[in-house]
Amino acid sequence: MNQFLSFVRKEFCHIFRDVRTMLILLLMPIILVILFGYAISTEIRRSPVAVLDHRRDDVSFKRIEQFRGSEYFTLHTTTGNPAEIHDLFRKGEIKIALIFPADGEEAAILSDATNPNEATALTQYATAILASPLPGAGPFYPTLMQRGGGVKAEVSLLYNPQMKGSYNFVPGVMGLILILICAMMTSVGVVRERETGSMEVLLVSPLRPAYIILAKAAPYLLISIVNIATILLLSRFLLDVPIRGSVALLIAFSILYALVALCLGLFISTIADTQQAAMLISGVALMLPVVLLSGMIFPVENMPWILQRLSDVVPAKWYIAGVKDVMIKGLGYESILRETGILALMAIVLTAISIKRFNTRL
Amino acid sequence: MNRNDSPVIEADRLTKRFDSFTAVDGISFCVGAGEIFGFLGANGAGKTTAMRMLCGLSQPTSGRATVAGCDVYREQEEIKKHIGYMSQKFSLYADLRVWENIRLFGGIYGLSGKRLSGKTEELLDVLGLEGERNTLVSSLPLGWKQKLAFSVAIIHEPEIVFLDEPTGGVDPVARRRFWELIMDASARGITVFVTTHYMDEAEYCDRVSIMVDGRIEALDKPSVLRDACGVGTMDEVFRSLARRAKRSE
Repeated sequence: MNQFLSFVRKEFCHIFRDVRTMLILLLMPIILVILFGYAISTEIRRSPVAVLDHRRDDVSFKRIEQFRGSEYFTLHTTTGNPAEIHDLFRKGEIKIALIFPADGEEAAILSDATNPNEATALTQYATAILASPLPGAGPFYPTLMQRGGGVKAEVSLLYNPQMKGSYNFVPGVMGLILILICAMMTSVGVVRERETGSMEVLLVSPLRPAYIILAKAAPYLLISIVNIATILLLSRFLLDVPIRGSVALLIAFSILYALVALCLGLFISTIADTQQAAMLISGVALMLPVVLLSGMIFPVENMPWILQRLSDVVPAKWYIAGVKDVMIKGLGYESILRETGILALMAIVLTAISIKRFNTRL
Repeated sequence: MNRNDSPVIEADRLTKRFDSFTAVDGISFCVGAGEIFGFLGANGAGKTTAMRMLCGLSQPTSGRATVAGCDVYREQEEIKKHIGYMSQKFSLYADLRVWENIRLFGGIYGLSGKRLSGKTEELLDVLGLEGERNTLVSSLPLGWKQKLAFSVAIIHEPEIVFLDEPTGGVDPVARRRFWELIMDASARGITVFVTTHYMDEAEYCDRVSIMVDGRIEALDKPSVLRDACGVGTMDEVFRSLARRAKRSE
């Protein structure tokens, strides 16, 4: 035990003495949360809109006022000339245009679909505004919308009524940070010992190899817990993302995921020969799948079959799904049994492979 | 633990094969307690492989060997409790202070509490490093680093210390000082098993073995080897034997 503690103390010395790494480890979660929370947002605000108004009556004026007042739109121009609208689209000065015909109950929406996600969102916002009843006038039915045999749909958005992007990315950022810190730092740390030759000295010492590995991983597990706490506090108090489920369950689940990431780091250290290789492998082979295949940004359900199966081996996918269940939906442990089981299995398999490879490389 | 008068290291036809390549080809030798045993050979002659087997890092293919009375096949973990190890490639953690390195390795070798702090002070005193206790190892001169690394490798008073080219890259004066430490350790009864490229260092050894192509071609006191070859220096002995080598790096 004493041997183990002297080694853990040494690992902390390495981390604290390397100020740059230290700053990255502690600041990265904060920067990512703030970046995703404010700068990179999938929500759309103040998109320029042009109105082609042939109607020019009280109803169209009131509608235009509604658009002017909406936080999603800013009014760019009101015109009577169709050519001008096309010109504005071509110049990229507007994202969306409304057309009020001279009479009738319908309005048309034109949107710039070069960015399909943005166009869909804008069309939905505009449709919602047009479909709302106006004092003194009935709702417009935009031509884009099917009237659906007179059935009026009443929409309620569960769990995230304001459709806030942060409800989705906070679990995503947690998945990303933990894997980066645990896997990258552990793999680089182990490979560094091998590169400098210190690993040989350690292996000749009475310290058991399992202790060496555990002692290398322990500090990063601790830093990960600090990071989880940082992210949860920031998201709760800065971004107003609620933690509806049990905090203890959330932290326990995160520690399990951090363990998987540590095992992944150890596995990488058994394939990489140099620190740069370890860095590159963890960077490319871990970060890309986490960003692309975990469901953090792109919904996995819409991907081709082969990519969906590939996403099944990305630990972050299961972690992010579990975090959403506990944090956003407020579900209990029964609902994340499957995710927990899969992550535990991944940890066991990775450890077994790493130990086997670790021993044969001696 | 020490079985009096019995050799501390005993190897009998010790062999290591990697697929079809025989790195160590049936070497046999004994090293007595407190002896300084020089283990010489050109690069690729099989020194490192032989040393790794004796340290419990690698399983021999065939043959027999005991280190500090422990079998190299079955008691590898036990061997590690009786030996110290130092290599030129790694001498201490550069980003830790002098005292932190001493405390770390002392701790790893099983010292703790008063014994560890007592050993730390003693070591700093012997090496004249009291003033440098808080210095980062990265800013120490190489010669000092190596002396410190050696002292740390024997901080737990092991029966045997393995030194893998310990003096690479330092000047002759620093090397001379380093060897004074080795001789002190040997006088205290620690067996020293050392590989080196410097033939002047071979002269300091009680006995040397010279490995060529995985086999021990010569093993005796330096003076006996010189006389047998009819030459004046160990350097000439080594060159006349190493010329026979067929394999290169």
